[in-house]
Amino acid sequence: MNTLSDRSRDIGEFVSQPGDEMIICRCEEITKGEIRRAVHEGMFTMTEIRRYLRAGMGLCQGQTCSKLVKGIVARELKVSPADLEPATSRVPMRPIEMKVFANENEDEDE
Amino acid sequence: MISYKADVIIIGGGIIGCATAYYLAKNNISVTVLEASDYIGNGGSSRNGGGVRQSGRDPRELPLVMYGIRNLWPHLSEEIGVDTEYHQDGNLRLGKNVHHREILQGLTDRANKVGLDVRMIDGDEVRKIIPYLSDEVTVASWCPTDGHANPLTTTLGYYKTARKLGARFYTGVKVMELRKVKGELRRVLTDDGSVFEADQIMVAAGYESRKLLGSVGIDVPMTRSLLEALVTEAEPHMFDQMLGTADADFYGHQTKHGSFVFGGSSGFEGFNKDNGTPMTSSITAPAICRGIMKYFPDLADAKIVRTWAGWSDKSADGVPVLGRVEEVPGLIVACAFTGHGFGIAPAIGDQMAKLIMSGTTDIDISALHYDRFKAKI
Ligand SMILES: Cc1cc2nc3c(=O)[nH]c(=O)nc-3n(C[C@H](O)[C@H](O)[C@H](O)COP(=O)(O)OP(=O)(O)OC[C@H]3O[C@@H](n4cnc5c(N)ncnc54)[C@H](O)[C@@H]3O)c2cc1C
Repeated sequence: MNTLSDRSRDIGEFVSQPGDEMIICRCEEITKGEIRRAVHEGMFTMTEIRRYLRAGMGLCQGQTCSKLVKGIVARELKVSPADLEPATSRVPMRPIEMKVFANENEDEDE
Repeated sequence: MISYKADVIIIGGGIIGCATAYYLAKNNISVTVLEASDYIGNGGSSRNGGGVRQSGRDPRELPLVMYGIRNLWPHLSEEIGVDTEYHQDGNLRLGKNVHHREILQGLTDRANKVGLDVRMIDGDEVRKIIPYLSDEVTVASWCPTDGHANPLTTTLGYYKTARKLGARFYTGVKVMELRKVKGELRRVLTDDGSVFEADQIMVAAGYESRKLLGSVGIDVPMTRSLLEALVTEAEPHMFDQMLGTADADFYGHQTKHGSFVFGGSSGFEGFNKDNGTPMTSSITAPAICRGIMKYFPDLADAKIVRTWAGWSDKSADGVPVLGRVEEVPGLIVACAFTGHGFGIAPAIGDQMAKLIMSGTTDIDISALHYDRFKAKI
């Protein structure tokens, strides 16, 4: 499953481009330029991009933007998007109130 | 397959490995970090609660964390080019009854004995600091110099800056074995058959360090236990302190983003299913929620967006194993942080780099030596 990745391999310099100011992750307001720059700073995986920038860490947990982010990262690394592992989805699948979550062991009372 | 030489090899790309690599690269030492996972910092370093605490720590490791809080944390964001979100607004450990008061008094007395400023305060003083706390809180221990930071940006910031300074990082490469040449540790062998060679090799692979050290006849008594945490959606700003409780119901803080990150336990941490990856259990996050609501009734409506788990590498006596292994020349170890290796990490990186470069440290680490574990009789 794991593949050797040399984090010093040459992917070229970061050069700003038209469209860099476009917002990609709307929940956290992360732009295309920020994502491209992060790749050049060494964030070669979707998981690292997410942890570094918070892209896909907002309310929708990346359900809207993760495809777009993946495309941008793949292009910077000059690989196919299919070669990038998605970031992990985690429980709960929808935001859930603390008071509801906390009720998990009170079934007997109902 | 590659074959590669460096002055120093670090096994493990968690915050300990990345920070040490940074302080070495800053001093022009050629260093290579080997990380088994596909992601930098994918162990405890990206999963922790962000506490930068001195209070509650064992006197053997306290001088290190105090050194880091004085000298490294305050300017770390500028140094590693990320927002570490470091806050030094104090740590409150909360209590509600006589039993809690006894626990807190014990912790406070121990801290004062080693010169750390921790005070007992009453419920009204607590609510002056955080007005949202329930009236049931009657007592707390208060350490004004504790704080918290963002483990994700801090770990990746050390990585990014070390990399920029020329440190080499390989991910997705698992070290299988350490190998001596003529009595000195020189080589590491990896799962894809590569051989890396260096003059000094540091093992910072969390729990997995035990197996690696075993390949050169060294044993560090540790086990691994699961820790779990959760994060809420962003809420209006409430407080900047780090929180815990005498009963360990939960701990956590509000992040710069507005979300609350809380950790806690179900009581079954040492007995979780271990299928190789750290998995949340269905009973823990609800238990953490119940713990939080006992102290913060207002948070009952806050929505949880994510839960996760991570391993803690627990040493037999609760403090890390640190420093040179004299029996194996060339070997340095930094592991067994026992669930509190984030706050101390900058100091560890700084001091391990010094040890590697000059053979000595500024802070005495002799009480954390690998050789300290003796049979009980
Ligand atoms: C839920 C949770 C909450 C926590 N809360 C706090 C807190 O509030 N404050 C605090 O100070 N600490 C906290 N901690 C503890 C803290 O996260 C850890 O002590 C710290 O991250 C340890 O860093 P590390 O680099 O030693 O370990 P890790 O981050 O685990 O890094 C070790 C790395 O070594 C790699 N590795 C393993 N085997 C090999 C191999 N054979 N070859 C190559 N690489 C290998 C692993 O993949 C891993 O990336 C918490 C931990 C958890 C899980």
